[in-house]
Amino acid sequence: MNPLLWMLVTPLIGGVGILLANRQPNAREGVTILTAAALIWQVWGLAPEVLAGGRPEASFFEIVPGIELAFRVEPLGMLFALVASGLWIIASAYSIGYMRGNHEKHQTRFYLFFAVSIAATIGVAFSANLFTLFVFYEALTLATYPLVTHAGSAKARQGGRTYLGILIATSIGLLLTAIIWTWWATGTTEFTPGGILGQEIVGPEVGLLLFLFMFGIGKAALMPIHRWLPAAMVAPTPVSALLHAVAVVKAGVFSVIKVIVYVFGWENLAATPSAEWLLYVAGGTIVVASLIAMRQDNLKRRLAYSTVSQLSYVTMAAAILAPLSLVGAALHIAAHALGKITLFFAAGAIHTAAHKDYVSQLDGIGRRMPWTMGAFAVGALSMIGVPPTAGFISKWYMLLGAYDVQAWFAVGVITLSTLLNAAYFLPIVYAAFFKPEKPVHADGHAHTHHNHDYSNHGEAPWPSVVALTLTAAGTVALFFFAEMPLDLARQMIEATP
Amino acid sequence: MTLLPHLAALQVVIPLLAAPICIMLRRPGLAWGFATLVSLTDFVISLGLLWQVQTDGPFSYAIGNWAAPWGIEYRVDALAAYMLVIISAMGAAVMLFARRSIEAEIEHARIYLFYTCYLLCLTGLLGMVITGDAFNLFVFLEISALSSYAMIALGRGRRALTAAYHYLILGTVGATFYVIGVGLVYSLTGTLNMADLSRLLPQAAGYRTLEVALAFITVGVALKLALFPLHKWLPDAYSYAPSVVSAFLASTATKVALYVLIRLFFTVFGASYLTEGIPVAEVLLVTAIAAMFSGSAVAIWQADLKRSLAYSSVAQIGYMVLGVALISAAGMAAGLLHLFNHALMKACLFLALGAVFYRLKSVNIRDMEGIARQMPLTMGAFVVGGLSLIGVPLTAGFISKWYLMLASFQDGRWWLAVLIVLSSLLAVVYVWRVVEAAYLRPRPHGAPAVREAPMSLLAPLWGLALANIWFGLDTSYSYGAAQWAAEALFRAGGLL
Amino acid sequence: MDNLLQIIIDHYNYWIVIILMMIGFYVVIARGNLVKKLVGLNIFQTSVFLLYISVGNVMGGTAPILVSEAAEARPDAQVLYTNPLTSVLILTAIVVGVATTSLGLALVVRIKESYGTMEEDEIIDMDQAEDKAERDRLRGPTPEEIAEGHPS
Repeated sequence: MNPLLWMLVTPLIGGVGILLANRQPNAREGVTILTAAALIWQVWGLAPEVLAGGRPEASFFEIVPGIELAFRVEPLGMLFALVASGLWIIASAYSIGYMRGNHEKHQTRFYLFFAVSIAATIGVAFSANLFTLFVFYEALTLATYPLVTHAGSAKARQGGRTYLGILIATSIGLLLTAIIWTWWATGTTEFTPGGILGQEIVGPEVGLLLFLFMFGIGKAALMPIHRWLPAAMVAPTPVSALLHAVAVVKAGVFSVIKVIVYVFGWENLAATPSAEWLLYVAGGTIVVASLIAMRQDNLKRRLAYSTVSQLSYVTMAAAILAPLSLVGAALHIAAHALGKITLFFAAGAIHTAAHKDYVSQLDGIGRRMPWTMGAFAVGALSMIGVPPTAGFISKWYMLLGAYDVQAWFAVGVITLSTLLNAAYFLPIVYAAFFKPEKPVHADGHAHTHHNHDYSNHGEAPWPSVVALTLTAAGTVALFFFAEMPLDLARQMIEATP
Repeated sequence: MTLLPHLAALQVVIPLLAAPICIMLRRPGLAWGFATLVSLTDFVISLGLLWQVQTDGPFSYAIGNWAAPWGIEYRVDALAAYMLVIISAMGAAVMLFARRSIEAEIEHARIYLFYTCYLLCLTGLLGMVITGDAFNLFVFLEISALSSYAMIALGRGRRALTAAYHYLILGTVGATFYVIGVGLVYSLTGTLNMADLSRLLPQAAGYRTLEVALAFITVGVALKLALFPLHKWLPDAYSYAPSVVSAFLASTATKVALYVLIRLFFTVFGASYLTEGIPVAEVLLVTAIAAMFSGSAVAIWQADLKRSLAYSSVAQIGYMVLGVALISAAGMAAGLLHLFNHALMKACLFLALGAVFYRLKSVNIRDMEGIARQMPLTMGAFVVGGLSLIGVPLTAGFISKWYLMLASFQDGRWWLAVLIVLSSLLAVVYVWRVVEAAYLRPRPHGAPAVREAPMSLLAPLWGLALANIWFGLDTSYSYGAAQWAAEALFRAGGLL
Repeated sequence: MDNLLQIIIDHYNYWIVIILMMIGFYVVIARGNLVKKLVGLNIFQTSVFLLYISVGNVMGGTAPILVSEAAEARPDAQVLYTNPLTSVLILTAIVVGVATTSLGLALVVRIKESYGTMEEDEIIDMDQAEDKAERDRLRGPTPEEIAEGHPS
């Protein structure tokens, strides 16, 4: 069997194993970890070939003449798959601590759909044409739905409805229309360096098609279709971490870059005035989402809005349409994934250990949970873009690109949002380490579960702590060892004829 | 003597003769076995006919050796063969499911009558497709209609009776309208043979009588087709009929009515008459769009899920008519493809509800809360059918929507594509509320625990569910046949 | 004016057909009694039978049956027949009509048995009452009822 197909099937086989091990939690979690390890081994084994210029391919069904389920590994997809598979194993380890620590129900279903989601993500990463991308994009939406609504409460159902409603409405309503339009005009949906539009769609129509694509890819959370992301925060934290910092949202911005580079062709787009609006919409989203984030007291919601803002970095960087900023956009997928998953892990660890969900409750918590809050600080610095964290490198490339093409608007937005990021992340870190701890239950937010007293808590269960320490270390490591992702990102640009 | 040349007649005669035999069998199990055997035989025959048309081209069969136009002629062309396969396949699939479900829903003493009615209905539907005579079509129409009224009346509770009665009134009005139209056409041409009519009618093109005839026929068939706003009978009929009947009628009866419309429009009247004379195509287009939205919108609010699916059928008929009303080979192919795919998805959904009803004795969304944990396989099949109904990629429904949108683009009417997309979003809502209720809500307080449906229900159900996926992946048969039928139709009409 | 009158008189068969058709159609729509609806349907169908038969009629023609072999054999015999086909068709249609009516009446009998009425308005009222009861059942007991210990 084709090795690409194996990568898609591995998580699914794992899913079957998880189902079979329904009654034995240890075996079930063992299967999860084993599957994740197998996937990493396969995906990372592919990297040298792609770095050397290889483009492994596989195709299966020709569904409609000219439209087939096909896969091709190109640099950007490789980068995305590396990030997703690498973080899956860490997130799995974290989940074990979290799910057990919180005595969650339906854990088998949770691990099963977790695995299916990763399969869908790998499918998105390796898709060779718009159609395949669309198929796995939708599969990802559907597979994550049971995870978002995991709690089964009225609130979870409501959140799930918003989540599914917006994502399906935009993807079927706009993205599918855009894909069919593209296919009808050009006769292909194949991702091709330099774009496929050619002379078939020109002028204002390009702007319209770009509109359909950019808002059709609802997972990129461009305002005003970002609402699903905060709504999805009803999910258990490992889900928020992996899916809403890595798999789902990154599938969104990955698709954005993919469409701009391989469907429109960034050079063609740069020559089309009707496509300029994207820069301003993305820039606006960055600033507005940051402003909203500042006002959120719920930690996960603050992180969600921060994600909305960070995703638009990628979209805006792609919309600058300069080679260096596109490199920055690709890097930011990896950098933000590592940083944000760390932040979510920390939020989940706080929830598990201290049952605290609100920023205003975190005074002095750094002394009880030094590892967690230390990792949180690293993640926050990466969000702001302070060296030596990964966030610095991606922002640096974005700025370089923006200078190159004199996109002063983008430069302004990046500067302003850096300040805003600092304004809503640093106070948390400061309060955690330097403010005195508030007396227990002094405010209305305090929760008690199972009549437990969580006031004398320490760190979260060790698998969680290990996981968040690892991702924090990764955030720093990416700063020092950025060569491989840089190489991949550069290859994406150089492939353009 | 070989039976091969008589396949066309056998297709209709076998179920017709089987019906009285079924009455004599009496025992439910025997009647079921017999009806299933007949359905499977018919399916094989229809495949044989399809093969014959594909190798030798369209052919005619003179009933009783009376040559057309005096005798009645059976005419099997690409479109007819395509339809025959769909109908007999759906009949066979539904029959495989029927035994346990019918035993649970129909009085023991009446079961053999149900199978008799089913065989008659099958006869009528197949006859409508295969006949080449406009009046003979009416006779088959009434055979299928009368037997379906009776089948609906066998359904649960007294509401089934009123539903059947209203269907009878409206169905008879529709059929009579059709007869009026045919009578007017006959008075102009002196023939009832469709091939003859298509030759003679262009000479009568200027007559007002012809326009009146077209109007009567269109309205009459639209009533049978349940085309918005003539769909009033359908929701009641489908929701109170036995589950098997709903599945069978939803996947065949309205489809055959659409076939009749296509046959009369494109073979008898000729597509050019439709575009030049009174604006039939435009009227159909508008009603189709209205159906797509109103049907789906109403479906969202139905607590009875069979009713919800019935309204969804009204909407889906809109998609098919939309494809036909584009008056292009691509649109026709898309409409015909959706006809097939919709038969698959609706049969799957109705049978899933049949399995739920078998255990739960209700298909109300409130009673079905949390049911997925107790009937995972049944609800799994429902979700597959639902996804196909929405048009999620890798399901048959996606392929239909894809080609419909493509046909709209080719026609330069991109706004139609937008409307198709918007209306399928409504489908998301009415499918997903079921998923939410069945999977995410707890079982209602004090609700009885139910078990998974028995294997004899699950196997045909999952057969259909997998067909929904298969025809979403491999479209060479489904789209290939639809395209072939559409092109043959347009080529015969001199439009290609 | 004479001309118009002449047209009306010449086509008197069509006028009868149209009038009958409208009467039948009106009864189907306007009457609430289920049997009367069926009667209306019958009148409606009968008008169509007349349409066919009058279209097939040939002025001065005789019934399309063989008169006698001797008469046939004469070369100057110009026997004018009416069109037999329409009559045959209508024979079929009458059979269909009878079948429809009998099925309809059978349904009405069953409806009368189970509802106790065959007035449409009353049936609709009863159905609506049933729907309401069903909705109440599904809503389940209200919190007050549970508190009082009377679960429905």
